[in-house]
Amino acid sequence: MSDHLDTSLPLEYQSEQSRLNIFGFWIFLGAEIALFATLFATYFVLSGMTAGGPSQLDLFKEKDVMIETILLLVSSFTCGLAIFSMRNHNKNAMLAWFIITLLLGAGFIYFELHEFIDYVHEGATMQTSAFLSGFFVLLGTHGAHVTLGILWGILLIIQVVRNGLNPVTSRKFFIISLYWHFLDVVWIFIFTFVYLGGLIQ
Amino acid sequence: MEHGHTKYPIGHIIGFLLSLAMTILAAIVALRSGLPKPAIMSIIGVLAFMQAGMQLFMFMHIKESDNSAVQIGNIIYSIIIALTIVLGSIWVMHN
Repeated sequence: MSDHLDTSLPLEYQSEQSRLNIFGFWIFLGAEIALFATLFATYFVLSGMTAGGPSQLDLFKEKDVMIETILLLVSSFTCGLAIFSMRNHNKNAMLAWFIITLLLGAGFIYFELHEFIDYVHEGATMQTSAFLSGFFVLLGTHGAHVTLGILWGILLIIQVVRNGLNPVTSRKFFIISLYWHFLDVVWIFIFTFVYLGGLIQ
Repeated sequence: MEHGHTKYPIGHIIGFLLSLAMTILAAIVALRSGLPKPAIMSIIGVLAFMQAGMQLFMFMHIKESDNSAVQIGNIIYSIIIALTIVLGSIWVMHN
């Protein structure tokens, strides 16, 4: 890692290693798109097969869905503000926005778990029907990603508090921001095609 | 590589307000408009792709690195694979 900073570049793009790490993460996101595509395909094919159990219209609640959607959307925005602050070399603002991002993510997970528990109480479990198996696998994979992102984010916050904002920590923060925005993009499709599509009369 | 050292995150705020507007518009069209289902699905589908594209460019800065051409090519290729998997599965299973 060179000590000479090229001020024409943001901190996270200073070394060839960092540029390749960021590039490699975009390749990983391409693979993630393929992963979620297979889960979406499974869900869409099975979404009508309720096997006598509850359907989308019986289960989905507009209010819960909107709360989860807004939480994740706002967290994507605050994550963007964290990177914006990072590029202005404002460590405290970056940490504050990033902590807010993780709290909003935790709020999202809270409401999502609440929703799943409600469904199970209504007799809609993963074993009830093909529709619900597809639903829980798709939503569960997304929720597991968000949970992993929160844990990853906490570890990064510890690193920045200890080591400060340098080319290495800023590259790591830039990469987690890509991950976080990507999870919001996946949620846009879940919101649109799973929830709104399921709630149309 | 371009990055403005502005003090005010105007691009993020515009991106956020547009995302919010598209989300609420999609919810209103789907839940309150009373349009036929194929029309609703087309409108909210277009809104979803617009919002996803906006996140890629305004929040994820996909265009800014030296590798941006390869990055964008990789994501476009992934989207083609995704559409093939999703639309292909739906088409096959409904025939």
